[in-house]
Amino acid sequence: MPRKERRNWLNFNNMSQTLNIQNLHASVDGNEILKGLTLEVPKGEVHAIMGPNGSGKSTLSKVLAGHEDYEVSEGLVTMDGVDLLELEIDERSRAGLFLAFQYPHEIPGVTNANFLRAALQARLPKGEEIDAVGFYKDMYAKMDSLNMDRKFTGRAVNDGFSGGEKKRNEILQMMMLDPNYAILDETDSGLDIDALKIVAEGVNRMRSPERGFLVITHYQRLLDYIVPDVVHVLFDGRIIKTGGKELALELEEKGYDWVTQELAPA
Amino acid sequence: MAQENLVSWFAAPPVLELGLELPDWYHQLQESSWQRFLTIPEPARTDENWRFADLKKVQFSELQAARPAQNIEVLIKRAMTERVNEFAAHFVFANNRLVYSEINGLPEGAVCLPINEALAEHGDLVREYFMQEKGSLGGDKFSALHAAATLSGLFIQFPKGTTCELPILTHHFASGDFNCVFPHTLVIAEDNAEVSVVDTFETANNDEQNIFFANVDLVATNGASLQYVALQDESDRGPKHVQINSSRVGRDAKITSAFVNLGAEWIRQESTARMMEQGSDCQIFSANLANGVQEYDQRTLQSHEAQHTTSDLLFKNALYDQSRTVFAGLIEVKPGSHHTDSYQTCRNLLGSNEAEANAMPGLEIDADQVKCSHGSTSGQISDEEIFYLQARGIDAEAARQMISLGFLNESISRLKGEAVQTYLFERFERKFRSLRDA
Repeated sequence: MPRKERRNWLNFNNMSQTLNIQNLHASVDGNEILKGLTLEVPKGEVHAIMGPNGSGKSTLSKVLAGHEDYEVSEGLVTMDGVDLLELEIDERSRAGLFLAFQYPHEIPGVTNANFLRAALQARLPKGEEIDAVGFYKDMYAKMDSLNMDRKFTGRAVNDGFSGGEKKRNEILQMMMLDPNYAILDETDSGLDIDALKIVAEGVNRMRSPERGFLVITHYQRLLDYIVPDVVHVLFDGRIIKTGGKELALELEEKGYDWVTQELAPA
Repeated sequence: MAQENLVSWFAAPPVLELGLELPDWYHQLQESSWQRFLTIPEPARTDENWRFADLKKVQFSELQAARPAQNIEVLIKRAMTERVNEFAAHFVFANNRLVYSEINGLPEGAVCLPINEALAEHGDLVREYFMQEKGSLGGDKFSALHAAATLSGLFIQFPKGTTCELPILTHHFASGDFNCVFPHTLVIAEDNAEVSVVDTFETANNDEQNIFFANVDLVATNGASLQYVALQDESDRGPKHVQINSSRVGRDAKITSAFVNLGAEWIRQESTARMMEQGSDCQIFSANLANGVQEYDQRTLQSHEAQHTTSDLLFKNALYDQSRTVFAGLIEVKPGSHHTDSYQTCRNLLGSNEAEANAMPGLEIDADQVKCSHGSTSGQISDEEIFYLQARGIDAEAARQMISLGFLNESISRLKGEAVQTYLFERFERKFRSLRDA
């Protein structure tokens, strides 16, 4: 779509307090993965996206965060009226978008404390310095709520972390960065039940009328702990069904075939 | 031809006349070293120790023994404002001369003196340890020249049981075109002693063709622990830096050494670590940031000469522009040195397509039940790492810098002393800033 048209459309939507995805088409290496995905997450709501392997779940999270391997050929994404696709990766984050990675990266030699500090510092106007005392106090309080050892601040980001530690670290980052919209990409994968509960509690404490969540998961289990307002089923790059939280249970019971068959022409 | 080149280095021994009474043995050593310097051939490409080296860089000309430096007050002030912020003693040398010293608290019995004073006061002790290591990784000629000329640097001896957590600091400045300095560091940690030393090599000005011929001898006997850090932060245009290091580790003793290189146009650093008795341990780290046309040439030997000895080496190079690094490391397990545990890793982070990292790891094992590994890697910062940092709001350029800093920091973070780590880390940051602003 020509940029000019997009802008006009944006002005029209300027006041909306939602993460709005319209007819999103995206491909990687020439293969179209998202094929016209439409979805709206208003602030204050938790939306879950479920879908079988290969349906485009992770692609959606990466496209929203701005990963350069994914090419958007069509569609619009706005966050509180701002055209998200026009922003750089780091600008999206500073504008209030957060992605909890399915596979968080290891950054050897960079301590967690320095990393978080740099991320917060990047949000301040030039010349303004972060208050170190307040920063540590805040970080320690949030770490306590996630049952994280204080020693962890001096360890390198995700370096040598267990799967559970990495996911907890993602949630800590989310808490520290205080986003308007958070996407959790299969945060439950690789977690045992205790770690899952801690992570879910962390997310639940973050729920507020000022924040929207998009929880991407393969399993219904996570949704026992983070109870969604809306559940979407993603299949072959499109949302094919939307319902309440009971939809997740139904999917768990009947499997994805049930929805995809429904979709098939009679 | 070689002979002609030799003469052009120096017309006469660049000996410093300080008007001191020096022991006869020292005068003799200087004289014989000078003769040795004259007869040792210049490095040649056929010599395995000089493979991949840029021999053009070794052709020195117009060198001279350094005259007293100008603007000494400026240098002293710089050394005092930019140093490890917690220390036991601080000495500043400029053009081979001691220009400042400050003792903050050395343990009783510890000797910490400029080498010329130590020669006058503790001649026999110095003689026992001074340049006793004869092994060479190719830099014989430099060692000989150094021995013929040096009278600057520190002699540090910690007697049995003497410990000090805070480091002893030395700054070595070179100032003026074609001036040569000969910094020497000799550290002896006797039984169960604990000592930490930080040498900083800097140039007074940019774009001067001065050269450092440094020599570092580290000795730790039974149960002693010695940490040595060398920060080379000279101008990246002009200076050359040659440094020959040797560590001799006794029973259950440990020497940790770290070499950090940020400046100089060309460096040659040779480090020999000898684990000589049961339980000897050596940790050798290096973190280097090269840009422009800088060239860092490092050669190492981990020599295991007794049973149950351990060593670990981790060298990291971050390269930008057309810079070049050479790492050649050998682990040698001598006959009968069973149960040796020895590791060697060189990692290169390439920040430019034109940068060149050469690595030649090697193993020679002549014992049983030995655990040894060596490896080298070269790679670029992965896009996924940058994506991760960017997704937290950090811009791409800052993300690159953060990852590179972390890469280098990984080796120095294994050093003892937070103040020492901070000191090195801030120098990294400063160089990265200058790269970004350039």
